[in-house]
Amino acid sequence: MNKKKIILVIFLYFFTLNSSFSIEADVFVQSTVNRASKILSENLSKDEKIEKLKIIAEETVDIKGIGFYTLGSIRKNLDGDQKKKYSRLFREYFLKSFSSRLSEYTNPEIDVLSKEVLSENYTIVNSLLKGTSERPEVKIDWRVYTKNPENPLIRDLIIEGLSLARTQKEEFASILNSNDNDINVLFNTLEEFSKK
Amino acid sequence: MIKKFLIIIFTTLALTLNVNAGSDGDLILKKNEPSEVKDCFEKINRVTFAFNQTLDGVIFKPAASLYRKLPSPAKTGVSNSLENISHLLTIPNNVLQGDLKQAGINTGRFIINTTLGILGIFDVAQYLGLTNYEKEDYGQSLAKAGVGPGCYIVLPVLGPSTIRDTAASTLNFLGGDPWYNITVNKDTQYFENSDYYFSRGASGVDFRAKNYDSIENLENNSLDFYASVKSLYLQDRQQKILNSRKVVNTQDDSDWEEISQ
Repeated sequence: MNKKKIILVIFLYFFTLNSSFSIEADVFVQSTVNRASKILSENLSKDEKIEKLKIIAEETVDIKGIGFYTLGSIRKNLDGDQKKKYSRLFREYFLKSFSSRLSEYTNPEIDVLSKEVLSENYTIVNSLLKGTSERPEVKIDWRVYTKNPENPLIRDLIIEGLSLARTQKEEFASILNSNDNDINVLFNTLEEFSKK
Repeated sequence: MIKKFLIIIFTTLALTLNVNAGSDGDLILKKNEPSEVKDCFEKINRVTFAFNQTLDGVIFKPAASLYRKLPSPAKTGVSNSLENISHLLTIPNNVLQGDLKQAGINTGRFIINTTLGILGIFDVAQYLGLTNYEKEDYGQSLAKAGVGPGCYIVLPVLGPSTIRDTAASTLNFLGGDPWYNITVNKDTQYFENSDYYFSRGASGVDFRAKNYDSIENLENNSLDFYASVKSLYLQDRQQKILNSRKVVNTQDDSDWEEISQ
């Protein structure tokens, strides 16, 4: 009887523990958006905003995953050192590109509207960037990787149906194709961009 | 002129439907998959792209910059009028794609907005429940009939396209575009050639103004701007053909499998 009780208590403990730490994808996106909006509306210099946005990106985006996805099948031919180098260069490139894109916006208002669970690993969160006098409203879908429900990560932004990860993958493929799939050319291009 | 147009449409559809009788959504999706579209003329395309960028810097960007300074109601009015004109091309394409219901809705939208909406300046139809307007063209109709896009091509001034879409757009000048017929072809005495060219130019400026920041942002943060524009154009085209804003095959999940968190 006691054994049964203990097992039941242990089960309930882990069950509640698990559910208390899992984060719903839509809540995760809304909280990420709110954090970014707060920074963008603060009275900070552009460089300060960029630094703060980089911290958010590192915590919420699967930068390593996106990097290797964007590289396409050529990643299979890289050795350990090349993979390490690529991860480092891509991280620098991504953070610079991501934060400088976002820092152009002042006080963007994004409302999370709905979510669609695609599988155990992916949920699409639908949101709307409100229009201003200078630009129309924009639909933004977030592809959230939910394999670890306690630590969901953003893997793609789909703006009006156009995937940024896919665009970046095709951009990298174009650079590689034009240079006989020489990974060093891509390394140099990424380095040059980060130094700009 | 209309006779000639109908013969061309009939012949094209007869040929394409015959060849692609087994086409379905998946096949159309696969045929229009951006990574499957070959860039056969890349060298020439890049030169044309550079030319278009120069043209953008000299004409479209400054014009869009000025246009953005107009009061919001004025910009909305211009945008609505241009969209209203585009119904004239969309409606025959709704019919060609067998979407008679949408053809009816768009006809209703056009009549209401041209009359009550004062030549399309106000989108009155949306308040009467006729919403969700999607532009259609002959390229999309051919794609729906199963015709593949062919090679990617960058046209001077007009920008990104494919062989199929470029060929299909010639139908506009052979009687397929009622707006072209009543302006340039003088099917009526009420419009001039300049009305057509002005509306096309205004559409370009309106598009550039709506996407002003996004284009600047993309250009500044791209490693290969040409490749980014090509990818975005082909993704957009694929969606328009399928009439879906849904995330279609955005990422092949198997591609992520080996990537650990």
